[in-house]
Amino acid sequence: MHFIKQFALFWYDFIVGDDWVIAAGVVIALIVTAILVRNQINAWWLMLVAVVILLAISLLRETRKGH
Amino acid sequence: MTTSAVILVLSTFLACAVEGVEALTVVLAVGVTRGWRSPLIAAGVATLALAALIVIFGPALSLLPIDALRLVVGTVLLIFGMGWLRKAILRASGYKALRDEAALYEREREQARTAGTEVRAGMDWYAFTLAFKGVFLEGLEVAFIVITFGATSKDTVPHSIQVATLGAVLALLAVVIAGALVHQPLSRVPENTLKFSVGLMLSAFGIFWGVEGTGVTWPGADLSILGILVFLTLASFGLVTMLRRMRERQTLTTAGAGMGMK
Repeated sequence: MHFIKQFALFWYDFIVGDDWVIAAGVVIALIVTAILVRNQINAWWLMLVAVVILLAISLLRETRKGH
Repeated sequence: MTTSAVILVLSTFLACAVEGVEALTVVLAVGVTRGWRSPLIAAGVATLALAALIVIFGPALSLLPIDALRLVVGTVLLIFGMGWLRKAILRASGYKALRDEAALYEREREQARTAGTEVRAGMDWYAFTLAFKGVFLEGLEVAFIVITFGATSKDTVPHSIQVATLGAVLALLAVVIAGALVHQPLSRVPENTLKFSVGLMLSAFGIFWGVEGTGVTWPGADLSILGILVFLTLASFGLVTMLRRMRERQTLTTAGAGMGMK
């Protein structure tokens, strides 16, 4: 059980990294894009906007950690 | 060589160069302190293990339907790339210290020097474990990039896994030759600039593939990757400038508060 937990934690850390907000935000943005595509809206721009907003949020979270 | 193949080789080359420099620091520190045999064997075994991962998982991943592959790999690559980009932006803006290979080398050497010795079957197992861990863990990110990038480029680049591996092997050779020549950590390599470039490329391809996997049609088809890359580069520089200004304001406020105390 300990090994499985360590293994899962390793992969979580490897993929998700330092801030889970980025991973969660990317998945949500992709889901919204898919929904828009199903409704005939070619939302290629959505992820570009989402990435910049998510990066800014994540960076601000990090800079505030020290204060 | 097509543009896609060049970008593929360049991405894996840069990623492997960054991780190779970091792994070299560990191997050098252990080798100089405890002898070369065990850490060199460990580095060789770790490299073979990473090659085995690429040989097993690369073709296996290529068997998946391209749309599902692009959605899954694009998502993971984007999350992974944004992690690299985030770290590079924090370092470029001064919020995180730049990686100092010389200082890390000295710390590794000190740890290797003070650790006990356990020699069995002619091997120094402490040196072996340290070097293996250093090379394998740093190399795992490269193997991951080679597998995902290679598998997802199968439609645009013939023999994409092999082409991706070529970039990594060239970088590995460059790092090993440079390390053997200078015999000290490669502290002059602009690691953060490389990390920044890799983060931008991974994120650009992650966005392109992930979004395409949802059914979106990109304006300009494959050419839009360049547009995404330019957009991300400008946005990242904008974020670096924003953080630098914030940091300057914080420093001024702290200095002002210090003066007020006096």
